[in-house]
Amino acid sequence: MTAVGQERAHSTADALRADDKKDAPANKDGGPVGAVASWVDERTGSAKGISYLMKKVFPDHWSFMLGEIAMYSLIILLISGTFLTFWFVPSMGETTYTGSYVPLKGVQMSEAFASTVHISMDVKGGLLIRQIHHWSALIFVVSIALHMFRVFFTGAFRKPREINWIIGLLLAMLAMVEGFIGYSLPDDLLSGTGIRAMQGFILSIPVIGTYVSYLLFGGGFPGQDIIPRFFTIHVLLLPAALIGLFTAHIILVMVHKHTQYPGPGRTNKNVVGFPMMPVYAAKAGGFFFVVFGVTALIAGLVSINPIWMYGPYEPTMITAGSQPDWYMGFADGALRLLPGFLEFNLFHRTWSFNIMIGAILMIPILWTVMGVYPFIEKWVTGDNEEHHLLDRPRNRPTRTGLGMAAITFYGILFAACGNDIIAIKFDLSIDDITETFRVALIVAPIVVFWVVKRLCLSLQRADRDLLLHGRETGRLMRTGKGRFFEVHQELDAYQRWRLVDFVSPEPMGLPPATDEHGVRRKGARKERLRARVSHYFFKDRIEPVTPLELAAAHHDGHATEAIESHPDEAESGHIHGGAEEIGASHAYGHPAPHDKQD
Amino acid sequence: MSSLVARRRHPAAIAVVLLLGLILTGGLYAAFAPKNADAASGDTQAVAAGHNLFLANCATCHGLEAAGGDGGPSLVGVGAAAVDFQVGTGRMPLANPAVQARQGKVQFSSEEISQLAAYVASLGVGPGIPPSSLTSGGGDIAKGGELFRVNCAMCHNFAGSGGALTRGKFAPSLMDVSGRHMYEAMLTGPQSMPVFNNSNLSPQDKKDIISFLQNVKTEPSPGGWSLGNLGPVPEGLFAWTFGIGVLILIAIWLGKKAA
Repeated sequence: MTAVGQERAHSTADALRADDKKDAPANKDGGPVGAVASWVDERTGSAKGISYLMKKVFPDHWSFMLGEIAMYSLIILLISGTFLTFWFVPSMGETTYTGSYVPLKGVQMSEAFASTVHISMDVKGGLLIRQIHHWSALIFVVSIALHMFRVFFTGAFRKPREINWIIGLLLAMLAMVEGFIGYSLPDDLLSGTGIRAMQGFILSIPVIGTYVSYLLFGGGFPGQDIIPRFFTIHVLLLPAALIGLFTAHIILVMVHKHTQYPGPGRTNKNVVGFPMMPVYAAKAGGFFFVVFGVTALIAGLVSINPIWMYGPYEPTMITAGSQPDWYMGFADGALRLLPGFLEFNLFHRTWSFNIMIGAILMIPILWTVMGVYPFIEKWVTGDNEEHHLLDRPRNRPTRTGLGMAAITFYGILFAACGNDIIAIKFDLSIDDITETFRVALIVAPIVVFWVVKRLCLSLQRADRDLLLHGRETGRLMRTGKGRFFEVHQELDAYQRWRLVDFVSPEPMGLPPATDEHGVRRKGARKERLRARVSHYFFKDRIEPVTPLELAAAHHDGHATEAIESHPDEAESGHIHGGAEEIGASHAYGHPAPHDKQD
Repeated sequence: MSSLVARRRHPAAIAVVLLLGLILTGGLYAAFAPKNADAASGDTQAVAAGHNLFLANCATCHGLEAAGGDGGPSLVGVGAAAVDFQVGTGRMPLANPAVQARQGKVQFSSEEISQLAAYVASLGVGPGIPPSSLTSGGGDIAKGGELFRVNCAMCHNFAGSGGALTRGKFAPSLMDVSGRHMYEAMLTGPQSMPVFNNSNLSPQDKKDIISFLQNVKTEPSPGGWSLGNLGPVPEGLFAWTFGIGVLILIAIWLGKKAA
């Protein structure tokens, strides 16, 4: 309500109360809500914190909402998952199906599977909630991955956010494990196959694998214990861990304040955006319902994991097209690509590295690489500053190249997981696909790195060109003296800001190998390595346009060319310098007066 | 008795025992071997017509006497069921050899197919064309589902959507295959498929499996669009394209709203 409206409301109310008893207590500031609020505040002291939260400023950009999609999906998962626990029976006890789904009537199955079919077929709304839960799980991990890409490519992992990057990585890993265990719970043909595969992975651990498997399954496969144990982990342990880490993740976002893209008025010391209350709360709250709505829409229209068709799991059964849900696909793909000769016998044992590398070692290795990257980059740049302004990916060509190479590597593993589906849908030989992927896994990341880095550098050059020369309007002008030139339209200050506000680190110089006495310095070798890596990262850097260059470009066509050292163009600087003849304001739109050149 | 014992070392004894053994085995086989439904048709006219069709269309590969040739195996003893399946699904005559004969346009009329079948059946004893009581459904779909998952799903996928085999071979989708052709395929084991004879899967079992598959084809998907019943791969693709795509478009719209 606006102040005027409030006043009017007050005056109407006063008019109505004209006949009331005058000794009635005056309306306190804030009304009943305010009264409750101060009641709470007097007992908890929460006003300060809440007012801090309410005034918290969030910048606006769609890519900042990827993390929000993950957050909302988590909430959807908690709500829909709670609903499912009301009917799900986490038990391997044998039972005979007697429900309404005819094609399974009289079939022996576990209680876990029977209850999942019951939820899908006989509980009102049960199938919808199950499909919401499953689709939401897929979207949850998709949005986590995209959120991670955003953070990586914009350099949001830099100081002071390294810890939050690592928390995010843990969250991503837990989300995957949580998803995999959830996929295993219904005890259908696919989830049983998944558990069987997992048991195989555990067995591939040298020496202790067998013991770990017996411990987890409470004996041989499949036993009676695995589903109840997985259930406890799925609904208790991992959600608690996820929510705990997620809370820490969000608190750190509050502490660090939100990052923002470079733009007019945005610096490392401020946040430009909307306060939580009322704008952002409305937007974010609305977005929650959008995410829930879209998930529910998909769940209502598109079938996922039709367990009644898979049927109950028995260790003798398997189906073609047995794949994990997408987020575990890359590990499955690695298994499909690893060559068989990595399994051998030594010391009376079988060493199954063809399985272990993909299934047990890969995830910890990849996560370690991702976890240490911020520290490696920091070591390379020697940058100790806090960064709250994000990088545009093109302004960090080496990092962007490395990130895209990593995504390519991941993507090929991911695609390899679907090699059988690719084979039947595209009419190819599965062996050819596997061989191709094996080669591509090594070659493609290198090619992608090179191409992306070059693309970034070209984009940077294009930016530079745009800044110095303006936009080519395609309008040809003829001056009084008969010269032709094309009018270039200069960027305005708002557009320009985005393009110049970045730091391009310079490669470190090689430190002297010896000190002033000619003795070899301690740590000289390490520094040399650092200088070399730094050189690799930043050797082909493109400097941001300085105000001096900009001024030179605007006021004097010749000067720009001189700076850019294109002697041949300096002769015909009038291609755009001709603007001076008809007055700068026509062509460039800046009023600074200056002398005519000719 | 004693004379028999005395003659056990007679030079001819071994031959007599061998002969008795063979007669016993043969007799038992003849008594217990699976009978063919209506394989050897007595219709000599159909056999003659089939022979002519065979000479014109099949002999190039299978040889003039159907005893096998450069490109094709012998057809003696494959039975009418094999002919009805291979020719009736358009796999034969093969246009050109590849890793696997594919389902294609059927080249002959049903009368011509039955003539060819009669000819091949006349060459040697083999499985015959199953009666329609076994191939048109009506079996126990729950039991059929279990049998399908144990015996067939590893290649044909849980819903009969098909799956990949090595070197470009594949187990085809079963959704557009008639009950009769399914039965014949189980009986004869075409290409990479194993034979499921009657002691392996009884005729009733086969009928149950066919009924299960026909139910899969006709039952509505209670969860909505089935995405081809191919498992988690299309589901993941859908989440990565449509799911997150719509959400990002809305996020972009919300981000734009501020400006």
